[in-house]
Amino acid sequence: MKDLKIAINVDDLTVAYNYKPVLWDIDLAIPEGVLMAIVGPNGAGKSTLIKAILGIIDPIAGSVSIFGKPYEKQRKLVAYVPQKGSVDWDFPTTAFDVVLMGTYGKLGWIKRPKQAEKKAALEALEKVGMLAFKNRQISQLSGGQQQRIFLARALVQDASIYFMDEPFQGVDATTEIAIINILKSLRKEGKTVVVVHHDLQTVPEYFDWVTFLNVKKIATGPVKDIFNDDNLTKTYGINYKVAVNK
Amino acid sequence: MTSPQIEIQLIAVVVAIACAIPGVFLVLRKMALISDAISHSILPGIVIGFFITHDLNSPLLILLAALTGVITVILVEAIQKTGLVKEDTAIGLVFPVLFSIGVIMIAKNANDVHLDVDAVLLGELAFAPFDRLMMFGADVGPKSLWVMGVILIVIVLLLIMFYKELKVSTFDIGLSSALGFSPVILHYGLMSISSITVVGAFDAVGAILVVAFMIAPAATAYLLTSDLKKMLWLSICFGVISAISGYWLAHLLDASISGSMTTVLGILFLGTYLFAPNKGYFSVLYRHRQQRIEVSLLAFLLHLNNHTEENERHVNHLNEHINWQKVQSKTVLELAQKNNMIIINDDIVSLTEKGEDFTKLAIEYIITNKDDKIEHMKDDFFLFRG
Repeated sequence: MKDLKIAINVDDLTVAYNYKPVLWDIDLAIPEGVLMAIVGPNGAGKSTLIKAILGIIDPIAGSVSIFGKPYEKQRKLVAYVPQKGSVDWDFPTTAFDVVLMGTYGKLGWIKRPKQAEKKAALEALEKVGMLAFKNRQISQLSGGQQQRIFLARALVQDASIYFMDEPFQGVDATTEIAIINILKSLRKEGKTVVVVHHDLQTVPEYFDWVTFLNVKKIATGPVKDIFNDDNLTKTYGINYKVAVNK
Repeated sequence: MTSPQIEIQLIAVVVAIACAIPGVFLVLRKMALISDAISHSILPGIVIGFFITHDLNSPLLILLAALTGVITVILVEAIQKTGLVKEDTAIGLVFPVLFSIGVIMIAKNANDVHLDVDAVLLGELAFAPFDRLMMFGADVGPKSLWVMGVILIVIVLLLIMFYKELKVSTFDIGLSSALGFSPVILHYGLMSISSITVVGAFDAVGAILVVAFMIAPAATAYLLTSDLKKMLWLSICFGVISAISGYWLAHLLDASISGSMTTVLGILFLGTYLFAPNKGYFSVLYRHRQQRIEVSLLAFLLHLNNHTEENERHVNHLNEHINWQKVQSKTVLELAQKNNMIIINDDIVSLTEKGEDFTKLAIEYIITNKDDKIEHMKDDFFLFRG
């Protein structure tokens, strides 16, 4: 990390659901080009943090900037993969169509996807190894395949920053490896990738940056410096020990 | 056909199409109940609009009443947001109150208003051709045909313009928001259009039939297709078929036109529910039966794979060894033979090469849950389709 240009800056962010704070006064600066995990127990506000950064939830205080500007002005630089369980997979549409939705943001209102967008969607399907399934109805895909479709949809957005909400949840080992390889190649291209992650064992192997979150921010920084028992204990509240391969 | 007959059917067809389009999105957004609420709670809006305009087809009345529909949605969401009650309860709280206000307003002004609750709820399509639109002194057709025609054109234009936005916000509200397609704007846009459609159509076909035309065609189409565009087209077709055949059913039975159309919609749904190729009742029943047989087949193949001794592989011993009824053993044996998975010599069953491969791949799939190697098996066997 020679060049610590800040991709995402979160300033005094507080979010509440029904007057109950779920994120308290978060300050967070995520450097460009990192592959970062957000870890924390259930209800720590991990997904909420992403949603607040993306303007899906309105915070009651604080602000967010993407490369120095508000998110609304930088939408086209950002791709988002929501939790797989947040959509209805019985929706009448195909894998290809879902990936094509990733191109909608750059098109803006009213304009329809044309050949260029369709080609990009096919390429993204190929990257995640799902080209053979392009015409399959999405409910006919396995959990891992659905997650790959979501990843392809984010890839087609051709963004600088990727937010992913638990991309490894409910996927098989092959898909997990396929996904992490794609995320690592995104980082190699200089993109910033932020992932809500559950499996603490794989943090040192997959990520180079980590944020510990439990309603408040506990710590953020390079995995090799801050991924330790002390921060884990502070975040999870119990004496947490993980075999960290350094 | 007489000209009023043609006009009635034309009005019904236009209403059917205008309802089917927003209906598809309401059904996919799991908001079918909201259209029912809107159809009732527009009553006070209609009454107030009628006091002002004295014309049931006035655009001002339609907008005022549609506003009541949108207010219904806002109230339902406000009550829901308290977290004290769920959405269905909130709907059940809001629309009866608004509807009752409308009923009281009509009752208090019964002498001045030529409007009654029955007419609003049930409509009377047979009378629609009597109310003519005069333009420059010439009769240009029934008013409700013009009103619904304009509404339909607006709906089709909006659908063409915002198809992609409606699709993404219906499927994935989070992505829609992140991409900058405000789900709130799209939601209230859809609600406004639904309200306007209900108000425009109630005079001709009644508030209840409007709900039927919004929900039933979409629900029926949903059982038949897994493509949003096809679902829209199918919904329109079902709406049009019900409108026309419902009219002739009413003619035949000398019964209520709206009632007959709704009955046809119900019958269409029932028929589709029973016989739809993938999601239908009989096809699900068939699939479950096939899956049961396929599991038995796999168990049988595995048994053959595990045993080389002949007494374990004798046809007559199947019942004893794997504890099956005669009929089941026969079905499984026939299925295996049909697929060239086994050969039977002197009543001794052996696996063919194909049978061995199949068993190996199937077991591997069941253990690892990886389905990349068994794609070719999905076409012939339900078991591997997840």
